[in-house]
Amino acid sequence: MAWYVGRRVLQMIPVFLGATLLIYAMVFALPGDPVQALGGDKGLNPAVAAQIRAEFNLNKPFIIQYLLYLKGIVTLNFGTTFSGRAVSSVMAEAFPVTFKLAVMALGFEGLFGIALGLVAGLRKGKFFDATLLVVSLFVIALPTFVIGFVLQFIVGVKLRWLPPTVGADVTFQTLLMPAIVLGAVSFAYVLRLTRTSVAENLSADFVRTATAKGLSRARVVNVHVLRNSLIPVVTFLGADLGGLMSGAIITEGIFNIPGVGHTLYQAILGGQAPTVVSLVTVLVVVYIVANLFVDLLYAGLDPRIRYA
Amino acid sequence: MPEPTRPNQAHFFADLDQTALGAVDSVDESAAPTSLWADAWHSLRRRPLFWISAALILLVVAVALVPSMFTSLDPRFCELDHSLGSPASGHVFGYDRQGCDIFARTIYGARASVTVGVLTTIAVVVIGAVVGAFAGFYGGWFDSLLSRVTDIFFAIPLVLAAIVVMQMFQQNRNVITVVLVLGVFGWPQIARITRGAVLSVKQSDYITAAKALGSSRLMTLARHVMPNSAAPIIVTATVSLGIFIVAEATLSFLGIGLPPTITSWGADISKAQTSLRSQPSVLFYPAGALALTVLSFIMMGDVVRDALDPKARKR
Repeated sequence: MAWYVGRRVLQMIPVFLGATLLIYAMVFALPGDPVQALGGDKGLNPAVAAQIRAEFNLNKPFIIQYLLYLKGIVTLNFGTTFSGRAVSSVMAEAFPVTFKLAVMALGFEGLFGIALGLVAGLRKGKFFDATLLVVSLFVIALPTFVIGFVLQFIVGVKLRWLPPTVGADVTFQTLLMPAIVLGAVSFAYVLRLTRTSVAENLSADFVRTATAKGLSRARVVNVHVLRNSLIPVVTFLGADLGGLMSGAIITEGIFNIPGVGHTLYQAILGGQAPTVVSLVTVLVVVYIVANLFVDLLYAGLDPRIRYA
Repeated sequence: MPEPTRPNQAHFFADLDQTALGAVDSVDESAAPTSLWADAWHSLRRRPLFWISAALILLVVAVALVPSMFTSLDPRFCELDHSLGSPASGHVFGYDRQGCDIFARTIYGARASVTVGVLTTIAVVVIGAVVGAFAGFYGGWFDSLLSRVTDIFFAIPLVLAAIVVMQMFQQNRNVITVVLVLGVFGWPQIARITRGAVLSVKQSDYITAAKALGSSRLMTLARHVMPNSAAPIIVTATVSLGIFIVAEATLSFLGIGLPPTITSWGADISKAQTSLRSQPSVLFYPAGALALTVLSFIMMGDVVRDALDPKARKR
């Protein structure tokens, strides 16, 4: 197991370097000169522009800029925005909000996806199963923002059950609807995955053995079927955390949530390259680490993986 | 001298049709062997879901190819007099905020979505299948290298990358730029699936046989490995086609997808946000058309996957 963990961690390093370099190159290839743009129509005094360039290392060759930036990340120094704020303080404000949102979405999709998927899998081919399958297909086929608009309009504006937007007031209640919207598509995937997995395991030899040795139906389903069926589902959920955090860019836009997605989108529109690079880098790191964690968890849950 | 009788030595011979060998004789050699695809087609054509999704896909493709066959109205002919107007004779879906006919806009919006979906899927399959096939087939350090490159692109979420890159194409956004962006960041999934399929096919006896017969490595890969690895690639590609249509709509929703000069469902849905409260149909029709299109591709992928999987196939 230790060997497996070591190999996976080592594999992560080139992926991290490659991904950050790619992001850095893409962001700094953005057209327009962000430094000149700071001065508006009038333009900046050349001396001031040169000073800003020197301060943000924009006067050095690209690869040196990247290496300096990398050094910053390793020492947890993410630099400052063009307006002089530390990027780390911007992130400290935005990340907890998005993290909360993503975890709530994950909870929603895990709880309802597994429960409904289990019921559907146990009744494969019956009416309930068929209905759930059609519903899940529709949820996958609808873009997240359409689900967002419709829920916001019906639940928030017409019925007034939940507040339609979040704003500065980030609580469990205000985040509930955005979290459901954010987790909706993954909920459909979790449901389908659990259903397939449960239906497959129901006809496995070890389940027949468990039934044959006289275990109750509840014990067979809860312990033997469910636990074995959850392996692919847990993998999906873990990998989804990173996906949810970057997917939040749309949900945060619709519900006006002051999280990473919102900040990132504003930064991209405003040409704030340092902020964009830092936020995207942290998102990518979350994504890579979540995937690594899932791989290790997977190896822990299923010994066959370790020795393969 | 008479032969001594040895009754114990008498052997019992079963008739040939009662032995295991009988099964060999009973095989009808005149019947052509059924391939995986023939079997799949055999089970596919009995599934109503297959025919429903096939009909929907054909309809959407027809609408995308010749929209003028389905409506005589011009989607860009708008009169503010009709702003958010209710359905009227000849305008069954009503009007949007600009006073354009929603039915015409929904019909003409199909082309952008379908083009983006189809072209992106082609791009993704070409890049992903080549990378995955070479990684899986050649193995060793070459595999490690290609797999890490795949991981790098996989680690950057599609929408994030697309937002950053589309920002570069601020002035000349069109269908091709959207396809390029989605293609460049969308291929890792296909690459991983192809690699997995190639790895398992590579072990087969017929690959060893092909090599023994002197087939070159590249020839073995092209002639024997790829055709037998195609099934999972085709299934994933079909489902991805739907997902890419959603991705294009998402980019248009964020205002960095197709420009307003191109009629597209994504942009229309995005615009509908402000009119939703007074006229819900502004959102309903383009979103419904988009959902139905994506749905038909996902259903098609699902049905084909079931048909290709001998375990799931009911005969």
